[in-house]
Amino acid sequence: MNGIDIKFLEDSFKKYYFNHFDLITSPQRTSEREFGYQKFNSGMFRHISLKDNKELHLLFIQNIPSDVYCSNAYYAFPNSPMSEKDWKEADLIFDIDAKDLNLPCRKNHTISICNECNEVSKDTGQCIKCNSTKLEKKSLPCKNCIDASKIEVNKLSNVLINDLGIDKENIHVYFSGNEGFHVYVYDSQFQQIGSKERSELVDYIMFRGAIPETFGMKKFKPNRSLFPDFNQKGWNGRFSKYVFGSKSKRSKIISELLDNGYPSFQKTLDDVSENIGVKIDPNVTMDIHRIFRLPGSINSKSGLTKILCTDLTKFDPYADACFLNDEPVEVLANCPIEFKLKNKKFGPYDNEKISLPTYAAVYMICKKLATIA
Amino acid sequence: MLVLGQDEKAKYPFLADAGEYLKDKGFSLVQFGSDPVLKLSVEKALHRIKVASAGGIYKSDIDKDGQASKDYVLEREVFSFLLAIVLIKLTGMSTLIKRFALAEARRAEIYLEKDLGNASNKSKIDLATRIIYDLFNIEITKENDFFVIPVSDYLKHSVTFHEREWKLINRHVENGKVFLTPDKTVRLIRKELGNYISSKIINAPKPSMIPGLENIVDELISISKKLTPTYTITTGEYPPCIKHAIDVLEKGENLPHSGRFMLATFLLSKGQTVPQIVPLFKNAPDYNPRVTLYQLNHLAGTSGSATKYSCPSCEKLKTQDLCFITKECDNIINPLQFGKKRT
Repeated sequence: MNGIDIKFLEDSFKKYYFNHFDLITSPQRTSEREFGYQKFNSGMFRHISLKDNKELHLLFIQNIPSDVYCSNAYYAFPNSPMSEKDWKEADLIFDIDAKDLNLPCRKNHTISICNECNEVSKDTGQCIKCNSTKLEKKSLPCKNCIDASKIEVNKLSNVLINDLGIDKENIHVYFSGNEGFHVYVYDSQFQQIGSKERSELVDYIMFRGAIPETFGMKKFKPNRSLFPDFNQKGWNGRFSKYVFGSKSKRSKIISELLDNGYPSFQKTLDDVSENIGVKIDPNVTMDIHRIFRLPGSINSKSGLTKILCTDLTKFDPYADACFLNDEPVEVLANCPIEFKLKNKKFGPYDNEKISLPTYAAVYMICKKLATIA
Repeated sequence: MLVLGQDEKAKYPFLADAGEYLKDKGFSLVQFGSDPVLKLSVEKALHRIKVASAGGIYKSDIDKDGQASKDYVLEREVFSFLLAIVLIKLTGMSTLIKRFALAEARRAEIYLEKDLGNASNKSKIDLATRIIYDLFNIEITKENDFFVIPVSDYLKHSVTFHEREWKLINRHVENGKVFLTPDKTVRLIRKELGNYISSKIINAPKPSMIPGLENIVDELISISKKLTPTYTITTGEYPPCIKHAIDVLEKGENLPHSGRFMLATFLLSKGQTVPQIVPLFKNAPDYNPRVTLYQLNHLAGTSGSATKYSCPSCEKLKTQDLCFITKECDNIINPLQFGKKRT
């Protein structure tokens, strides 16, 4: 990114931070967390400890970071090197990202930017100009992406509350600032479990590693009375609803499953996993030393804010997470896809010089689809 | 502190303060080397170790009627356990400690399971749950025919199991709790029970040789030496997950961070050096020689925290979608074991 673009982004971010300290609040037990930040075109600064909101706001003003992060873990010495931090516990966090949902709409709004010649084209395997395969993909997620992500958030909440006994009040859903949601679970029985245990929880939530016996199918002498039923709790009940469809079909489908036999049942389980398992990013939940984007900070991949969703159904990230001002600015835009911000439509632009409100200019510059003219 | 009845001491001798028990009964260790009546207990102890070292579980006399009603039965049970520990300590063979602790844990498991499953006797259930709570800090409650434990406690113990049936997805989970049958409840703590018993043995002071027991100790040493570990032959071929990762990189496609971590840690463990590994990543879409070198040195432990990272387990790779299992994998639990044959 060139110096002029960086200067523009920094100025815009700075204004936001000055005007929205109300949205940036330090998390519970601030002094036990590790903070980190990035500046434009530079590496990561980590292992920072802060006392309170005041110190946090100072970090923003002094450094004008592109991104700010905070650990889900609590440490005795958050500013020591990793091996000496003395890990105590960590909130349970889930990442739901539209890019992991294999949605058919993605090819319509994914752009390839060539690392060699900077050519921008619609999603391809190689650059249409220089044939290089070193492409950077940028996505401008659509409403469908956000809606599909919301469905996964609701599926996740259901498993967390009903199966894992989490209080609804302790589940907080944040828009990530780009393509999905971060779901935080506070004060649960899982605070102190390690990475391996979290990985098991992930498999449970995603419905992975299930064996036929768990859902009533025995290898030898299978017996129809062992199959799950609709009113059962947990995955047994969800399995019944998905596989049998309705109570009247249950008996017939069990007969089919028995006829198809044990090896075929494993395929049924794979299908169940694909369709009703919750699509979370396993690596995020397993990592107990990760630093996560700080709520209230801007995501430099988009210029949108990571923000708490109090009413997920109504939440529209392109209106509710877009806080930058609308001062006009001239940009050279090369964006083959239309997008919508603050209920206004923008694009497509074919290498043209135009005047745009700051928030839209920031969005496109962050996606490397425009530069300051 | 648990107060144990007579038959509990016989069933769970590792809970009794054996030394004190001996003193209470008015005996000293030296007597076991010479007293012909006490020799019976020595023989029983020897038998107990032999059965354990052969991989079996010692069957005690209390099994005949389920209760050590007669004093001498109880006495011999506890004595033989205590003496077995003394004899093992005298041999100084760690193989024997491991085998004995495992066998004794499995023996205790049988009783715990029986006690938990004994629906008609609440005090037996209470004692078994108390033992599990006192020793391993797991709170178990009873709900109908099941024993119910918090999911987090379940995970802490089950993650070391490799059988798929122990995965949380294959358990009845409801409202933050896992529902288990008595046998599964007890199986869950087998390893900890074994560790508990072996730590008791390891921490026990080493006694001086008891005159009259030299031959028995020698016999045990020779048994232990026969239990030498197996050796392995390697085919040298890479496992399918590693082949797949190399394939992806060679095609210039993107391999996720977790895949790169797996590949690098695998090759480092196989003895390759950082400069040998770097070229593999040259085709990656985001290849940056400085970053690659930094990360590889970090994994190798030559920079940063000096922690040497090890190759992730097959279980972890499955979760990360990096496992491409074939039948050649042959139930290994880490890619590094691929192609090794035990003989």
